[in-house]
Amino acid sequence: MSKTYFSKTHEYVTVDGDSAVIGISDFAQKALGNVVYVDMPEEGDEITAGEDFGAVESVKAASDLIAPVSGEVVETNEALVDNPRLVNDDCMANWIIKITLSDPSELDSLMDEDAYKAFCESEAAH
Amino acid sequence: MNKEYYGKLIFELSREGRSGAAIPDAGCPDAQIPAALARVHTPELPQADEPTVVRHYTNMSANNFGVDTGFYPLGSCTMKYNPKINEEMCSLPAMASLHPHAPAETTQGALEAYWTLQRALSEIGGMAEFTLNPFSGAHGELTGLMVIRAYHDSWGDHARTKVIVPDSAHGTNPASAAVAGLKVVEVKSLPDGTVDADALEAMLDDSVAAVMMTNPNTAGIFESNVARITDMVHRAGALMYYDGANLNPMLGIARPGDMGFDVMHINLHKTFSTPHGGGGPGSGPVGVRDGLEKFLPNPRVVKNSDGTFGITASGEALGSISATLGNFAVQLRALSYILSLGKEGLAEAGLLATLNANYIKESLRDLYKLPIDRVCKHEFVFDGLADKNSGVTTLDIAKRLLDYGFHAPTIYFPLLFHESLMIEPTETESKETLDCFIKAMRDIAREAAENPEVVKTAPHTTPVSRPDDTAAALNPTVTWKELKNSAG
Repeated sequence: MSKTYFSKTHEYVTVDGDSAVIGISDFAQKALGNVVYVDMPEEGDEITAGEDFGAVESVKAASDLIAPVSGEVVETNEALVDNPRLVNDDCMANWIIKITLSDPSELDSLMDEDAYKAFCESEAAH
Repeated sequence: MNKEYYGKLIFELSREGRSGAAIPDAGCPDAQIPAALARVHTPELPQADEPTVVRHYTNMSANNFGVDTGFYPLGSCTMKYNPKINEEMCSLPAMASLHPHAPAETTQGALEAYWTLQRALSEIGGMAEFTLNPFSGAHGELTGLMVIRAYHDSWGDHARTKVIVPDSAHGTNPASAAVAGLKVVEVKSLPDGTVDADALEAMLDDSVAAVMMTNPNTAGIFESNVARITDMVHRAGALMYYDGANLNPMLGIARPGDMGFDVMHINLHKTFSTPHGGGGPGSGPVGVRDGLEKFLPNPRVVKNSDGTFGITASGEALGSISATLGNFAVQLRALSYILSLGKEGLAEAGLLATLNANYIKESLRDLYKLPIDRVCKHEFVFDGLADKNSGVTTLDIAKRLLDYGFHAPTIYFPLLFHESLMIEPTETESKETLDCFIKAMRDIAREAAENPEVVKTAPHTTPVSRPDDTAAALNPTVTWKELKNSAG
């Protein structure tokens, strides 16, 4: 049974056991506009919660990807290399990296879908 | 006919055998080029008669927009007018025809100009000495960070590998730090756009080489905590770097050196009225405080005790970042500007730039969202329209301004707001120009409410309406060869 969590920097992490995929939220892809490049780490790299693990570049801006949780990268979404706009088409299906979680307790500091929705509404009103 | 025909690519206007000059036969045998060095394919150069070439480029140039054609409120870029006397001075044959490696005894006047500008910038910045060699602002940043590395290395402190950069910084800051081999760490801004000094303090340790700051920052707000910040950074053993991109409102009023900065760069093409953008080239002189001069790059210009000028190199320098003394013609333009305005004139420039920015801000704040409601310096940021119900975005507003005959402001920067629209009028604009711009912005806000389609599909009067920016980023076609091949 998978569950999705969100960070304040608009990344999501969908967890299934100790495996998880990380991508950017719908709010983030809309704010960025058309994505033209996704800079991803390599398989085997360690990512650390709160630190950047890559970047998303759109026609408007380049934005760092901040790891919501720590772990080891086991797969990167190679389809994004040739077609970065998949992130705009369906950001939840087109995750960016797949990792093995090293500290599942980090999930406790993230938001669930409802809390994230409220967070985005307050951001938009800001 | 002119735009349609002569506006084509010069390659499309090419006709086999056409030429603008009848070149007589040289009457001597062809040069004997070894087969291994001779090219295989004949270069595909356009062939055209002289009137066609002249009309092509004249028509193309008429499509250009610059400070000579109109108001250019591009935030963070200080697109001030470039006085023509600057051009006159750098075109003087004695200056324009100099060879960059001519011996110092034959170029005393040029070296004096370099030295005089170096001293003027030192006075303006509150620094001990400047090098004028870097070719751009980013090149200056890299040079400045290399000075900082050389400083730490000079006493064997090799553990300082981090540079702290605010999240509101220009993109060149993290890029320059990365090129200098340093790791970039970001410090957040407070809601008022200024650096979070408490967060910064918590990040300081003996791994930090420098903190880079822009003051006023990219939101146009003066960092009033700057003295506290420079003090705590120095206590942690790191140096303070001043990004001079926003020096304009500080001219003659406040000096980075007095705020506690150790190293700074200046964009002559912003603050000192030299051509900017595609019309450049740029120039990014770097200044250092007392004690850091020895690390500045070679070559250097010195004034000898007998009053003559010489070119020297120092063994303690970080090395060279250029083969010559930089973009000399740009330096001459900046020197002309400084000498034309004088001390009093320069101090007035910063005040008027600040007044102009605040005048526009206050005249539009009822229609555009003002996320930081404070007196700004030389520029400020709107976060799109106040009423966002029409769906008209900052991009649409920028495009529509082109129909009104203005260059667009900077958009989607700084990244602090989703719909950033960053306006910097500079001091060179009259009240009449500012009023025309304010009227256009008010008209666009009204259009957005009453007839949003006209804004969303703008511009309607330019040679090209909306280029496909996604395709341009993904599949750039920038040469004739690529265009020909892509057409099959």
